[in-house]
Amino acid sequence: MSTGSNAMSESLQAQSVAPVAFPATRTFYWSVRRELWENRSIYIAPLAVAAVALFAFSVSAIAGIWEKALRLNLTHPSEAVAQPYDIAAGLMMLTCIVVSVFYCVDALHSERRDRSILFWKSLPVSDLTTVLAKVSICLVVLPLLTFAIIVAMQSIMLLLSSLILLVRGQSVAALWTELSFFRMSMLTLYHILTAHALWPLPIYCWLLLVSGWARRATFLWAVLPLVAIGGVELIVFHTWHFAALVGSRLIGDAPAFDSPDNMFPSGPMTHIAAGTFLSSPGLWIGLVVAAAFIAAAVRLRRYQGPI
Amino acid sequence: MACIEARGLRKTFGATTALDGVDLRVEEGRILGIIGPNGAGKTTALNAMLGLTAYEGELRVLGRDPWSERDQLMRDVCFISDVAVLPRWARVSQLLEYIAGVHPRFDRAKAEAFLAKTSIQLANKVRNLSKGMVTQLHLALVMAIDARLLVLDEPTLGLDILYRKQFYDSLLNDYFDRSRTIVVTTHQVEEIEHVLTDLIFMNRGRIVFQSSMDDFELRYLEVMVHPEKAAAARALKPVQERQVFGGSILLFDGVDRQQLAGLGEVRSPSIADLFVAVMGAQSGQAQGAGR
Repeated sequence: MSTGSNAMSESLQAQSVAPVAFPATRTFYWSVRRELWENRSIYIAPLAVAAVALFAFSVSAIAGIWEKALRLNLTHPSEAVAQPYDIAAGLMMLTCIVVSVFYCVDALHSERRDRSILFWKSLPVSDLTTVLAKVSICLVVLPLLTFAIIVAMQSIMLLLSSLILLVRGQSVAALWTELSFFRMSMLTLYHILTAHALWPLPIYCWLLLVSGWARRATFLWAVLPLVAIGGVELIVFHTWHFAALVGSRLIGDAPAFDSPDNMFPSGPMTHIAAGTFLSSPGLWIGLVVAAAFIAAAVRLRRYQGPI
Repeated sequence: MACIEARGLRKTFGATTALDGVDLRVEEGRILGIIGPNGAGKTTALNAMLGLTAYEGELRVLGRDPWSERDQLMRDVCFISDVAVLPRWARVSQLLEYIAGVHPRFDRAKAEAFLAKTSIQLANKVRNLSKGMVTQLHLALVMAIDARLLVLDEPTLGLDILYRKQFYDSLLNDYFDRSRTIVVTTHQVEEIEHVLTDLIFMNRGRIVFQSSMDDFELRYLEVMVHPEKAAAARALKPVQERQVFGGSILLFDGVDRQQLAGLGEVRSPSIADLFVAVMGAQSGQAQGAGR
């Protein structure tokens, strides 16, 4: 038998066993990869902010500003030690919010604007998979990425301050005992997943929906209805409930912690209140609203073509 | 099983009727050309077949309803709907990876072999390729998919003549194998004339003419008639007459070749000539109805 006919029978075999369809998880995975290729700001922006924050921290650490705080505030040393770490984490979470908002506003608009929607629709990927991949960017990818960057950043900060203390011949014991790094990381992870992934989800899904609907000026169409509702409420009832609601969703003011007065939830008095969070009607109402927006966005994508 | 089957296909955009009751049956293994003036409803008809637009009436493509089953249908159907729909931010290698990731019938090695014949590099970004190269790339991607139906909507619009010729050459030589079906619309009729097996003319959302190319060649004949024989020729009821330098050319439908041979030089008309004749008759009817 010649090699040519061998190859042919092999390719025939390969054809007959080739799957008719790939599992949904595979299509979903590649749809998420596509989002990361197209929107590189998803990881470049947080990394850039982290680099700037690290630079600022090293300047202040070398100048000895935080070291001073440690000595002055002896009643609550751990809070003073943790403060720069909290600020760094807070900065990254703020970046996560900003990146999510800008990503969502453009997510279903850019493929219509550059006509590539005709290419994406020529492949066996459903509208549901496409929209869910986009939702997963702000529900899973960005929060976990933010968490990973925060941990990496805080590790570098800890090593850097230890190094500076050692060089100056001071003890690092106080720093390492007062800063419970693992506890801090776990609190951060919990905080990100509750307050910056699940809690603002209805806002992100609303932005996605508008990006799939508006022909132009997506940001305007996304924000104006919210301003209008808030304005009508203010004029008619003289209250701010709607604006406060949207604001609390966006900044992640979720009932996730049992904490008296901490701005950043890594203080010693902070306790995880997962039960309260999971049983809060706000969470579930928000998720139902988000699901409705997702369903509408999926349906809309079926009808939409290039603009 | 018919590859495409449509009955009473209708589509309106507000007050405009894009498709006005289209009945169509395309068997597997055919190459169908849809020809029509701008706004005839060609693209709308293709979009309906591809699940890109909702419609009224019955439509099955490879036994599926395109509107509700687009994603399953796209395992067996490929389309290039005009040039430049590939995402401009993507690298060639990313497109290959992505399609290999989501398409069970995509053969990446085959696509790379097609690309190796061009000057396109895997590291190139789509935005840096010329219009002709983007079309080459898209064709390479599509030809590496083992699909049963390929839909091309003005695939060579805006390309120079070299790319246009190359496009149809590689399509016929490297892709078409008589088990696949191809549906193509274009304004450059003469380019696809020798490629087609079937022909449809559309106008104002309707199919105004359809024929296989074999029937077309049997039925239609064109005669270059000398002025002195013009009266005799006109008695045979030509479907169209046009004046050229030194005489007139008359187009006949279903008249015996022997009979025509005495009147002048007999030859097969081009699709473009027939198109003009059919569309001319159409607008004449429309004017008559308007009066």
